[in-house]
Amino acid sequence: MLERLLVLSVVLFCIGLYGVLSRRHIIAVLMSIELMFNAVNVALVAFSRYVTPADLGAPGGLAENARYVLTGQGLAVFVIVAAAAEVALGLALVIALMRRTDTLDITAVNLMRR
Amino acid sequence: MISEAAVWGIIALPLAAGVLAALALLPALRPLARASGYVAILGVAGAFALSLAALDATLGPDAAAGFGVRSWLTVGDPSSAGGFEVTVGLLLDPLSAVMVTVVSGVSMLVMIFSLGYMRKEPGAEGGAWADYPRYFTYMSWFTAAMLGLVLAYNLIQLFVFWELVGLFSYLLIGFWYHRPAAAAAAKKAFIVTRIGDFGFMLALLYLYLHRAEFLAQGLNPFEIPDILAAAPLLSAGVATWVALGILAGAMGKSAQFPLNTWLPDAMEGPTPVSSLIHAATMVAAGVFLVARMFPLFEESAVALNAVAIVGGTTAVLAAAMAVVANDIKRVLAFSTVSQLGYMFLALGVGAWQIAIFHLLTHAFFKCLLFLAAGSVHHSVHTFDMRYMGGLRRWMPVTYVATLIGALSLVGIAPLAGFWSKDEVLAAAWAADGAGDVGVSRLVLVLGMAAVFMTAFYAFRLVLMTFHGRFRGGIDAVPTDELIPDEVSLVGHVHRAESPWVMLLPMAVLALLAVVAGVALNAVGALGPLPAHGLTHFLGGVASDFDPAIAGVSTVLALAGIGLAVAAHRRGVLALTDLPRPWSVLHRFLAGRLYMDHLYETLIVRRVLYRGLFFATDWADRRLVDGTVDLVGWVGRNGGRAVAQLQTGQVQVYGVGVFMGVIVMLMLFMFQR
Repeated sequence: MLERLLVLSVVLFCIGLYGVLSRRHIIAVLMSIELMFNAVNVALVAFSRYVTPADLGAPGGLAENARYVLTGQGLAVFVIVAAAAEVALGLALVIALMRRTDTLDITAVNLMRR
Repeated sequence: MISEAAVWGIIALPLAAGVLAALALLPALRPLARASGYVAILGVAGAFALSLAALDATLGPDAAAGFGVRSWLTVGDPSSAGGFEVTVGLLLDPLSAVMVTVVSGVSMLVMIFSLGYMRKEPGAEGGAWADYPRYFTYMSWFTAAMLGLVLAYNLIQLFVFWELVGLFSYLLIGFWYHRPAAAAAAKKAFIVTRIGDFGFMLALLYLYLHRAEFLAQGLNPFEIPDILAAAPLLSAGVATWVALGILAGAMGKSAQFPLNTWLPDAMEGPTPVSSLIHAATMVAAGVFLVARMFPLFEESAVALNAVAIVGGTTAVLAAAMAVVANDIKRVLAFSTVSQLGYMFLALGVGAWQIAIFHLLTHAFFKCLLFLAAGSVHHSVHTFDMRYMGGLRRWMPVTYVATLIGALSLVGIAPLAGFWSKDEVLAAAWAADGAGDVGVSRLVLVLGMAAVFMTAFYAFRLVLMTFHGRFRGGIDAVPTDELIPDEVSLVGHVHRAESPWVMLLPMAVLALLAVVAGVALNAVGALGPLPAHGLTHFLGGVASDFDPAIAGVSTVLALAGIGLAVAAHRRGVLALTDLPRPWSVLHRFLAGRLYMDHLYETLIVRRVLYRGLFFATDWADRRLVDGTVDLVGWVGRNGGRAVAQLQTGQVQVYGVGVFMGVIVMLMLFMFQR
């Protein structure tokens, strides 16, 4: 099952990457970034479920002291939080940009050139 | 015995006198200008007295050679091959003692003569003594430099004084610097001698590169006694190259062919300067240097042959050019070059003591002839012999002096020139030096030919100047031949003998020109005088008087005199309107073999300007500048190209980041 989940993750990531690099509408770019975040989340959760640390079942190992190993899932929650913050910041930037340049076309903005 | 301080005084006294004389250049001390002459003469007289004491010290059985040698410049560890040491010191041996005596003595006489000669007309600008301070300063410093050269213990020390001599000769030749001809002559003398000095510098460099051979024996590669001690132990190539380099320097200073072109032009200086520098001292420096380094030359037959051939060629060519010259000082200048050729000839056949002997007698009679020429100029205000004639009627003393000088120059027994010239030719005949016998025979023939020509031009000078009818002096010179600036320097003809300050030095020199040969180096013991005194004093082996050589040279000399007298009787001594083959030769010689033309047109203009300098100019503009420009072009245009990548488009940046990640991933994957 890990392979299928990883394929899903890669497909999602690539769709997101394509969207980031090719869409001209700035909202679409932000949405594509969300896709890439979630591709990463899928990978994290999948690894957390299927990849077991080598010493987990060993005598005196981690399994004897901990009932659940939920490191991957925890990390995924952090990513979601960070993504939410990023969207809030990104939308704020979009609004500021809209007020300033009256366009949502990302190629029309080249302020970084200066 | 003599103290070291006294020997340093030989150099220091003229130097200090020059400083004092220069003080009169200050506007406040201008009224004392006349005293600067006496100060300078006192300084040189002091040096002369000390020189006599030094000469006396070297006559003793415990003849001290050198004094304490002081370190001047030390680089690294002098005892290892990585470093070297330059020392300063005094080398007082018979050779240098004789030389300082002659240099300071002749210099003193010339300065006394200059008191009269350098005095201007009373109404001249700045007063009658306006030229005194500058002139006597240069003369004192020149004398000091020459004395320092002679006494140097170290070749680098010698080279420093060598160049100082060159500098002061430049200043003295160009003394009347407002005359373009004098300025050009000074520059020419400086540059041409510099070509020879370059060879000298290469010799010093070569010694430095081979210093390991000296250090292995605990010797210093620059100290003269050490070089002479090491000479027999050096590998043959080293001795040859060093000797040839030194010869190049000596050829420049002594105006030997083909570096002889500067000396005739150098007659643009005041006549006493010509007398001192270009007859008695400076040009003798080259002969002195070769004599000083002679053990080194003795190790190399190639170098000795080169010295002999250079000397023989110069003796003949310069004598031939003297035959056709009309300027009395030019005749004497070519004569000097020719006589220096004799000295080199003597050096080349291995008889350096004889070369020094000839140097001494030549210093006396040539200095005398130059002073006489100055005295003549003082009366007729021109140097052109075509406008002289008949001067013996009101210049009897100058006439007798010139006659004595000429007879000595020609080599008529028993005058000084006879004995020295005869010994030079006898040494060439004996050919017992390290050079080839064939070369000795060749230069003997050249020397004999020069004897004939010398006799002709010397009596051509005497007859054109003092005999016949007076042809008008400066007043008869066509106006278009006068240099405008020169008119202010000269006055008008006054038919009178020169003042006694000018005649006294001439009388002393005339006496020396008569007796010096017998007194210094008689062929047989004569009362208190030992036989071959100078040769033995300088450590040489004297050869017996050779009646055959003396007879042949005397016959040739008399033939030359006879030819001159015969030409004078027929009135063709000016050598104008010669028949066909002779006129071509005359033009060739009067054009000085077209050597100036060759140097100026071919070497300087063609080879240097259009060849070498053009090529280096091209390389500088295209290669050097081009490389620098290319670096700038790459920076500017490369930066502009890279700047195009900065679009400000966030998605383009994203592509770049993504590509970079892929590249890093691929590197990471293919690494293992």
